[in-house]
Amino acid sequence: MTTFIVRRLLGAIPLVLGIATIIFFVVNLAPGDPADRFSSPSMSPEAREQIRVNLGLDQPIHIRYVRWLGALAQGDLGVSFSRNRPVTDIIQELLPNTLLLSFTAIGVAFVLGILLGILQAVRQYSLLDSIASIVGLFFYSMPSFWLALMMVLLFSLFASVWGWPIYFPASDIQSIDYAFLSPFEKVRDRLWHLTLPATSLALVLAAGIARYTRASMLEEIRQDFVRTARAKGLSERVVIFKHTLRNALIPVITLVGLYLPFLFSGTVFIETVFAWPGMGKLVVDAILQRDYPIIMGGSLVFAMMVVVGNLVADVLYAVVDPRIRYD
Amino acid sequence: MPLLEVTDLRTYFTTDAGVARAVDGVSLQVGVGETLGIVGESGCGKTVTALSVLRLIPSPPGEIMAGSSIRFNDEELLEVEPARLREIRGNEISMIFQEPMTSLNPVFTVGYQIQEVLRLHRGLSKREARAAGVALLAEVGIPEPDQRFDAYPHQMSGGMLQRVMIAIALSCEPRLLIADEPTTALDVTIQAQILDLLVEMQRKHGMALLLITHDLGVIAEVCDRVVVMYGGQIVETGTTEEILTRPQHPYTQGLLASLPGIGDRDVRLNPIPGTVPSAVDWPDGCRFRDRCSFAWERCAESAPDLLPVDGRSSRSARCWLLDPDEAAGRGAHVTPGEPT
Amino acid sequence: MTDRLGPRRSRLALSALLPGLPQLVVGRWGVGGLGLTVWVAFLAVLLTRWARFAAGWGGPLDHQIASLTVVAGLLGTWGWSMFDVSRQAELERSGISQWKLAAEAFKKNRIAVIGAVVIVWVYLIALVTPLIAPYDPAMQGPLMGRLVAPSGEFLLGTDHLSRDVFSRMMYGARISLSIGFVAVGISVTIGTLLGAMAGYLGGWIDAVVMRFVDMVISFPRLVLLIAIVALFDTQSIFLIMAVLGFTQWPGTARIVRGEVLSLREQEFVEATRALGFSRRRIILRHVIPNVLAPVIVTATLGIGNVIVLEAGLSFLGLGLQPPTPSWGSMVADGRDFLLNAWWISTFPGLAIVLTVVAFNLVGDGLRDALDPRLRA
Repeated sequence: MTTFIVRRLLGAIPLVLGIATIIFFVVNLAPGDPADRFSSPSMSPEAREQIRVNLGLDQPIHIRYVRWLGALAQGDLGVSFSRNRPVTDIIQELLPNTLLLSFTAIGVAFVLGILLGILQAVRQYSLLDSIASIVGLFFYSMPSFWLALMMVLLFSLFASVWGWPIYFPASDIQSIDYAFLSPFEKVRDRLWHLTLPATSLALVLAAGIARYTRASMLEEIRQDFVRTARAKGLSERVVIFKHTLRNALIPVITLVGLYLPFLFSGTVFIETVFAWPGMGKLVVDAILQRDYPIIMGGSLVFAMMVVVGNLVADVLYAVVDPRIRYD
Repeated sequence: MPLLEVTDLRTYFTTDAGVARAVDGVSLQVGVGETLGIVGESGCGKTVTALSVLRLIPSPPGEIMAGSSIRFNDEELLEVEPARLREIRGNEISMIFQEPMTSLNPVFTVGYQIQEVLRLHRGLSKREARAAGVALLAEVGIPEPDQRFDAYPHQMSGGMLQRVMIAIALSCEPRLLIADEPTTALDVTIQAQILDLLVEMQRKHGMALLLITHDLGVIAEVCDRVVVMYGGQIVETGTTEEILTRPQHPYTQGLLASLPGIGDRDVRLNPIPGTVPSAVDWPDGCRFRDRCSFAWERCAESAPDLLPVDGRSSRSARCWLLDPDEAAGRGAHVTPGEPT
Repeated sequence: MTDRLGPRRSRLALSALLPGLPQLVVGRWGVGGLGLTVWVAFLAVLLTRWARFAAGWGGPLDHQIASLTVVAGLLGTWGWSMFDVSRQAELERSGISQWKLAAEAFKKNRIAVIGAVVIVWVYLIALVTPLIAPYDPAMQGPLMGRLVAPSGEFLLGTDHLSRDVFSRMMYGARISLSIGFVAVGISVTIGTLLGAMAGYLGGWIDAVVMRFVDMVISFPRLVLLIAIVALFDTQSIFLIMAVLGFTQWPGTARIVRGEVLSLREQEFVEATRALGFSRRRIILRHVIPNVLAPVIVTATLGIGNVIVLEAGLSFLGLGLQPPTPSWGSMVADGRDFLLNAWWISTFPGLAIVLTVVAFNLVGDGLRDALDPRLRA
């Protein structure tokens, strides 16, 4: 098992490197000069050139590429142009927020999606199945930023205006008075802030997962071994949740890997809508400010998270399906 | 009193093309410790009959129609509560299937799948169930049962898996074992072994066996009595010897004639012409008439009932040729195994 | 099918008056309903907007296209219906092809047909928008006309610059739909070519193409899109179409490659080779039609996908420059006025959802209809 994981990680290096290279060249070959941000028209050409030298922009692109790779190998992602801090520090600060948001969302999405998919498969052709399919398709087709805005509109703005018993904050990760709260209240405050962003992100994913689980369950439920399980006298609960689901989950697990890029794209919008200080918002802001080191570092982190996620999916796959061997 | 008594069983399926009458009025009995064979081509309804006994027909699209009756040990299976039905399944009536490769769950060890029944029906602890499971594997002739207990289905051969299925089926000492084409998917050399094992286990445990097959050779080897099915109906019943030596229904005769014998290389096989009609619209009258070389107008006009042969109720065939009036009127007597 | 509507001549007369109705009456509600509604609606446009229609011919290009669409729609519907009614008998006699079977299967899928009708209508509305939009989408009204709630005058209200949300939505449809269409056209072309090459030629070409596909697929596409769009300052519609198209193809390539690989091994291709058919014939007659089905499905689903992505870019302020309306930027416009003017963000978003749902319905329907393995 360990060798399997190590081999997969080694195999992912060219992938990450390739993505890093693409990002590097897209960013560096794009028209526009980041030095413009740090200089004014009144500056002398010499001063301007000095800024370029300081930012390392005076070198030809292939030298910059090699330098960047060399620094990368030592875990150095450079210093942010706009924030004057090492990129690794900024990422260390913001990555946990993004992970909290995306893990919560993907967890909720899988639990919700799988349960709904099972229910639909077991009650195929029922009214519940049709309604869930249609509603699911709507959520599946929804831009996550719009869903997020609608959630804010309903559960934050209208909820407080109309005096609903509970409403949720429309932005940020914690309350202003967070530092003064008791540990229990802190947890509650974080959860309270997490609810809307995570739900907006999760619902879109859950709709896709439910569709997939339903199809997979329907495929497995007509297999011979399900009939055997029934012939053995097992209760319908055991037949469905143990014998059928265990098999139906195998293809669903591949979705973990497939959905990760999609999930991180989603965090970009959700973090923007909810002013959630995370990687997605960081990278979008950096792109708008032409902060090259952050763009490249942040993209690299996204790529690595996708690689790790795919690895987790592969390991899960091997755990659930005894027919897969690690070697 | 028979152990299993099926009366007028009708199992229909709703399909896009219409209602498929897969099993259309089947009545049969299995006595305690007896072996009854059901034989027929694919699509004749024999598997659906077997599945109906344990109410394993997927619904929808399948439905066991009102008026059908399946009595087991004087209990009406079609009316028992689901909980009671689950008590019977795998415990008093067990079933093994055609495809051992797909009939076991690929993600659980075979041991787990044996343990599951033992713990469910006999209330054994995990450890007791393991001991009993290993013993069962040994009993059905699996070498190194202790290691094989922890193997996954994909690590075993088809023959071995069918032995595992038999072990699962026997684990609670059922009174009736339903075997649906248990040897069809196996290699010829393995077929005989599995069949021998089934017969041995049946003698040893004194259970009744309902054996479904399309292979008259299997019937000859194992069964006490035979039911021949065609078009969702029984077309002939009798003891194995009677069916094999003096078949009365043209279909049974055709089945026997299409059987290759060993050594007679020069004799051409005589397949039954045509194919089984669709269960969505069985022909009016006799359902076999389109393929029958004896058929005449009456066969199209009305459907024959199961008519007694030699005046005994245990021996019957669904053919107008057996109508005493007809025999007198036509003066023809049909000799077995003589297709025209 | 004998005449349920009396002799053929009366059906022809009915068709001449109300095309679509004869089809509707014999139960072909999909095409019939579409034909009839297009006919009635376009006639209504012609009658109520005659001045704009007539002025259209000399106006800007989109105006000309709108007038042309009305004429073409009316003539097309009428001609189709007449042709259809007079030819009905022959149609029923003609043979069965793979595509015909698929069409039959698709027509049985009620919900997919509804999706198809919605798509046609959204496209038609987008085309004739200059004739029917109640207001100029860029026209800013008086200050007191800001954030007016939906009413008879402004169907879906006005935004923070007093612009009519309904009119802007109709104009926005053109952006979303044309970007979706062109981008998917680009991606399908590239994806099919590269996928077929990788699958058919194998070797290092296959290795290089598929590694690249893996790379693009495992990266959050939005980040790449934002990077490209933001760093190239000019935000023209063509750039966005091209960027979306050039990043959309890997999925198609992967599917086509898989399909080609399995086709190459299948007996019927072997058989055609053994029969001595030329390579060209094998590819044209046997490989392409089998690859085409999944490509059509991914293309249909891809349009929905691209529409959502484009909306996302516009939402982040990276789409087309204002004042050009686009659904995504309209949602963004309303963000700051959510509580006081919920309609600004809500309705354009609904338009996105409805359009994408329609494309997904049709895509699913096509998949079910085109996959013979499912039809068995």
